[in-house]
Amino acid sequence: MTDSSEDKTATAVDEPAAAGSRPPSAFLEVRDLKVHFPSDDGVVKSVDGLTFSLEKGKTLGIVGESGSGKSVTSLAVMGLHRASRQQRSKVNMSGEIWLDGKELVSADPDEVRRLRGREMAMIFQDPLSALHPFYTVGQQIVEAYRVHNNVDKKTARKRAIEMLDRVGIPQPDKRVDDHPHQFSGGMRQRAMIAMALVNNPELLIADEPTTALDVTVQAQILDLIRDLQKEFGSAVIIITHDLGVVAELADDLLVMYGGRCVERGPADKVFYRPQHPYTWGLLGSMPRIDRDQTERLIPVKGSPPSLINVPSGCAFNPRCPYADVPKDNLTRTVRPELREADGGHFSACHMSQEERERIWTEEIAPKL
Amino acid sequence: MILLLIVSAVTFGIFFLLPKLAGQSTDQLAQQYIGKAPTPADIAAVKKNLGLDKPVYEQYWEFLKGIFVGVDYKFGPEAAKCHVPCFGYSFKTHIEVWPEIQSRLPVTLSLAAGAAVLWVVSGVATGVLSALRPGSFFDRMAMGVALAGVSLPMFFTGALALALFTYQWPIFERSDYVPLLEDPLLWARTLVLPWVTLAFLYSALYARLTRAGMLETLSEDYIRTARAKGLEERKVVVRHGLRAALTPIITVFGMDLGLLLGGALITEQVFSLKGVGAFAVEAINANDLPNILGVTLLAAFFIVICNLVVDVLYAAVDPRVRLS
Repeated sequence: MTDSSEDKTATAVDEPAAAGSRPPSAFLEVRDLKVHFPSDDGVVKSVDGLTFSLEKGKTLGIVGESGSGKSVTSLAVMGLHRASRQQRSKVNMSGEIWLDGKELVSADPDEVRRLRGREMAMIFQDPLSALHPFYTVGQQIVEAYRVHNNVDKKTARKRAIEMLDRVGIPQPDKRVDDHPHQFSGGMRQRAMIAMALVNNPELLIADEPTTALDVTVQAQILDLIRDLQKEFGSAVIIITHDLGVVAELADDLLVMYGGRCVERGPADKVFYRPQHPYTWGLLGSMPRIDRDQTERLIPVKGSPPSLINVPSGCAFNPRCPYADVPKDNLTRTVRPELREADGGHFSACHMSQEERERIWTEEIAPKL
Repeated sequence: MILLLIVSAVTFGIFFLLPKLAGQSTDQLAQQYIGKAPTPADIAAVKKNLGLDKPVYEQYWEFLKGIFVGVDYKFGPEAAKCHVPCFGYSFKTHIEVWPEIQSRLPVTLSLAAGAAVLWVVSGVATGVLSALRPGSFFDRMAMGVALAGVSLPMFFTGALALALFTYQWPIFERSDYVPLLEDPLLWARTLVLPWVTLAFLYSALYARLTRAGMLETLSEDYIRTARAKGLEERKVVVRHGLRAALTPIITVFGMDLGLLLGGALITEQVFSLKGVGAFAVEAINANDLPNILGVTLLAAFFIVICNLVVDVLYAAVDPRVRLS
């Protein structure tokens, strides 16, 4: 991560939504995205005002625990909350998603569908359930190719074999006729990646791509994603709850909590000088090979916030060990806005910059 | 094959041993065959001819042999060749069982096939449409009608259909079955009402089954993947959703069709169709054991065959079955 690229890659939009519908300069720009699901118990605010941007050739890691809204965000970018009539009746989306100069939230769902798979593609968590059990791997890749390319089956099949070969599946001309259940877990994920990349998408979203895999295979898949990104020059979003996964891969990190961004910035800054107590918690709960094995991991106490009745003030306040540091009960009454610390490093916390730097260097970092 | 043998043994056992257990002696069985006021000598002769005096396993063997190679019966001076598959002679009419059944098969086949096409198409289509918009007006209507279809008994809907469309408004006049090859139009015309009534009952079941299956598959991960490819929603639903939801429906369809081929008892009764079902009812009413036995075995045969076809189809549809 060089300084010169920071301005572009690091999320530089200060005032969400205020920018209006002016097309952005970034390849992907999300502005004040809200994804709400009305339910019988109230409105589930899965994503509640999220802003970020991403350039081609760069990788953004979105980190957070279950229910933080990271998957909902990726599905929103893909337009997968509004793919069917039934889905559209169940979701309220607002804000803007700009992909290569096109706004997707207000766009016709059919227009977004035509972009799906061609300009943006997605890899899912569990490749066994994400691949159709009744069709061969080849058939599924051929289908993905032929949706957007007017070619005959033979040509598409050649392309499928080529892609399987590219993602490192041995004997691709034979395995192309296998069904997903005949593949191993890692191979299935490779096939999934081949399917996602078959149309050379400019944006690739990987939603927990390694969660369902063995540790050894995890590293291979991550390497593969990185290699392919270099080769195709696409923008990549990796969604994970595992900071270790994105540690090496991501240029930028975005930490989500309760449907909002609590911290974002260049990966090395978020990693080595995290500004938000929740990020500290995530780092503390991450197992590390270079640490004394007898030491216990420190979990983030409490459970994720309700997305229907989000805690007032800072959503993290019920679990934050430093909730009482800011004066006047500020954490429980006023929702903190994202503030820039330095070089595109934003965080949303009421504590002063100095206070947090002190806590990090004195109390948190030594324990990690 | 083994299954068929077991079925034949069970049926045989039920029909030839149960009467004995119930206190009916072989004498009484033979008496039924002869009719009124037989002399003991007559009874003994008939018992010998029918083989009722032999041990049970030998009787079963004869019975099986009859089915696969045919049997020669000797009735006093005259001998009769009972051709393959031989289920014996009717106790009452003294006619060979199989040709009688054979003559009635086309009626039942026409009835079952036509109704099956109707109910699969309408049931699955309704189910898919309902699943696409659960809670919509269409869904509620369709499921309400389906509930009616499932709960209304055949003899009621059948009689109602007859009352309305044959007597009130004579659109479909009552007529006897006409073979398909003789006059296809008339064939269809006589069968429309039975088809529709029968299909109403079944399609209701299939609509509910399809709806439930579709709702389940449409929430699967691979549906999301299909959408992520940019596939049109229609193709997502049919190629990815319906394809997976069809497997349980195939199973049920196999069993239903198998059952129906063994005779649609009530439907044939209501619409006075002389099919296998009507034959079975006649045989039961007349206490005509060989006839009952023949019909039952035929029904079992159809069920076994249909299940076999289902297994083969299953493997064709779901590749995961092929390996195991």
